Amino acid sequence: MSEGWQSYVRRIEELAARSGLEFHRVDFEAVPDSFMMEIAVYGLPVRMPHWSFGVRYIYQLIQRHMGHSRLFEVVFPGNPGHAYLAASNGLAENILVTAHVLGHADFARNNLLFRRCQEQVSEHIVEHAANHARQIQQAIETHGAQRVEAALDAALALEQHVDVDQPLRRERYPEFLVDPKVLVEDQFRKRFAALEPLAGGSAIEVKKRAPLPPHPERDLLWFVANYAPEMESWERDIFLAVREESFYFYPVFATQIMNEGWASYWHARLLREADFIPQQAYLDAIKCHSDVVRPVAAETQVALSINPYHLGFAMWEKIVEKNGLPAARAIMQQDDDFSFVRNQLTRELADELGLFRYSARSDGQIKVLEQDLTALHEAVLAPKYNFGAPIVCASHVRNDGTLELTHDSSVDGRGLDLERSRKVLDYLQRVWRRPIVLTTVNQAGSALELTAP
Amino acid sequence: MDEERGNRGEPSDAAQWYELFSRGARDWLRHDEKVREAVRANLPEMIAGGDVINGGARTVRVPVRMLEHYHFRLRRPEEQQGAGQGKAKPGDVFSAPGREQGQGEKGPGGRDEGEVQLLLEFKIDDIVDWLWEAMKLPNLKARVGPSEETDWIREGWDRHGARSRLDRRRSFKELVKRRAAPGATQTFIDEDLRYRQLARRRQPALHAVVFFMLDVSGSMSDRDRKLAKTFFFWVVQGLRREYRSLETLFVAHTTEAWEFNEPDFFQVSGTGGTVASTGLAKVREIIDARYNPGRCNIYLFYASDGDNSVSDAADARSALSAIAADACFTGYVEVSSGLSRQLATETGKLFAELQAAGCAAGSYALNDFEDVWGAVRHFFTAEAQAPESQAPDSP
Repeated sequence: MSEGWQSYVRRIEELAARSGLEFHRVDFEAVPDSFMMEIAVYGLPVRMPHWSFGVRYIYQLIQRHMGHSRLFEVVFPGNPGHAYLAASNGLAENILVTAHVLGHADFARNNLLFRRCQEQVSEHIVEHAANHARQIQQAIETHGAQRVEAALDAALALEQHVDVDQPLRRERYPEFLVDPKVLVEDQFRKRFAALEPLAGGSAIEVKKRAPLPPHPERDLLWFVANYAPEMESWERDIFLAVREESFYFYPVFATQIMNEGWASYWHARLLREADFIPQQAYLDAIKCHSDVVRPVAAETQVALSINPYHLGFAMWEKIVEKNGLPAARAIMQQDDDFSFVRNQLTRELADELGLFRYSARSDGQIKVLEQDLTALHEAVLAPKYNFGAPIVCASHVRNDGTLELTHDSSVDGRGLDLERSRKVLDYLQRVWRRPIVLTTVNQAGSALELTAP
Repeated sequence: MDEERGNRGEPSDAAQWYELFSRGARDWLRHDEKVREAVRANLPEMIAGGDVINGGARTVRVPVRMLEHYHFRLRRPEEQQGAGQGKAKPGDVFSAPGREQGQGEKGPGGRDEGEVQLLLEFKIDDIVDWLWEAMKLPNLKARVGPSEETDWIREGWDRHGARSRLDRRRSFKELVKRRAAPGATQTFIDEDLRYRQLARRRQPALHAVVFFMLDVSGSMSDRDRKLAKTFFFWVVQGLRREYRSLETLFVAHTTEAWEFNEPDFFQVSGTGGTVASTGLAKVREIIDARYNPGRCNIYLFYASDGDNSVSDAADARSALSAIAADACFTGYVEVSSGLSRQLATETGKLFAELQAAGCAAGSYALNDFEDVWGAVRHFFTAEAQAPESQAPDSP
């Protein structure tokens, strides 16, 4: 950690507060690069062990060796927030990062989606995740690594399949139908009541068991944890632990463009307005800023993906310029990426940034499509629908415990990747312990059933 | 405010430990372990290819892909739409550059990584153990031939012997027995003393010699030789499990025969016809000159395309039976890529006759790399069940 940086932290915080940012206190900690990399891999400083993180770790190592990615900071919202800075950052980088982190802290405290999810998960996700890791370590000691890994294989494979519109601690479905419609006054009941006036017709309370699930259920982690016929309690705990972490990840995922843009907008603006920063540090920091928010890699003319830092940054600049800061803050509070892009990404801005839509054929040929703003919005947002996962719902549990899953191909537009889906069913079958049937569509669009075992 | 800033920028207590352990590395190791399990499950297919054998090294390298943790995904569409940025007009067409590497992201999301291959190194000894376990191959019996190898072992007691072999416990027992009788002397006398005795015993021969004989005539292609080489490689590994010292000898023949060292043996190629008897005679000659069949186990594995010249049949037959008389096992692999003649060749007939005559012999038609394991299994099962060529002498 560079000397002198700490003296700036407070002044940047004061400047930010004067500029209207509202944030909880943030604890900064300088950590080695190796630890930064692990945070990037796991998404949380301490998280449950699983071999799939090992795979991401290898990719991350390779990328770092190729010089592709450099991580300056990772911030975890909360009260207080935790920010981890790479120990290798220089003074200028740390000044920039401090301002950036405060932008995130403001966003996490005020954005409604973030707030709702934090109310569910509490403001201490870092500690909760560490607890989950410990709890899973204990399960490994009691039940053996293999059984725990099987449960984690299944739970983490379904990590995107949660319903954040439902509370984190969600009640089970009512067991019986509230108003069994079969008991309406029909001819038979009328005559039955007439036969014996004392019996009083409707006095017999007939309960009808509700179907399971009462409606297609997309919160698969919750559903399996609550309704798997033969799951052990520690396996349910693992499913619920993964679900809780997904609740934390969802707003990070669903507001990435806004959130990174907002933080980038604020680090640029705070830096501009901070007259206490030495000239050289300011120049270095601005250079670093332009590397982060550049639209495309320096050596290429055209990028086939959009840098969320760049897009968000450009959009916020435009919004503040046109509508003023109060309006921008209102948008920041109320939107997520879907409404943000659809409402705020205008034709002029898209042209100014040179955004385009393309279609890539499987042979590698790429064709730029004609301009269509609505279609462009959807092309930007497509990878973000439904937490980035296909819509798969639990639709029925048969009397023998067979689980029926249904893929909603009418919304997703095409069927599932069959080979992968089969593997996921295999994972899930090991904790569900009864047959599983998954319905999707094949290439031709006709229904197709996958079963496990 | 200042007291609140306890850990601002200061490395906390925990930070000092960050360098010491790595959860990422732990999960990476678990991934590699899973890959190894997967490789182990598919071992015969994965390493049957000829490329795994690197001259003399005790490890093989197997290229493997990274495992994928599967999620529900949509089927890959024929045409994928996306959004990009840069100088491009509608209607522009270009070909895909290398996949863009996403930045390190938090949470689920950008996981479309490029393909990475790992090279995992396996110890050959481990592989052989796994294979023998997986294929339920029998362990060979080390045969006790008319062994001349002997060893002294302890056997029985005597009243006379060298002082160093005095058995005190036994002697004391004798003393106690004798003292039980009334009026006996209370101290040790010579009659109480017992000495351990030694006896000579025959040792099973722990030494083995394997002859690999390869037909290098013009009709044997490179691929045929590579097939033979792969097969020979695993035979050596299998025999090494049984014998503490294993010698390998390499003989190649066309119409003549030569002895080679290992590296040259697999390189050599000849022209001309096939006269198997020359090779067999060479083997016999080496046995007579250097090895005593009573002191070591002799194996012969012969790889050929089977096209032995017809006029050589009688010579080859007698040379082969001369070897079979002293060998623990003789095996014949017919390498004939493409043509599957199933041993209906001149050489094939020779070995069939030998087997019919009750000798420890076997044949196998090796047409492709996938057959290598079949061949190994065939020979090792046959060898374990083969009639004992010589009954062990009773001591």
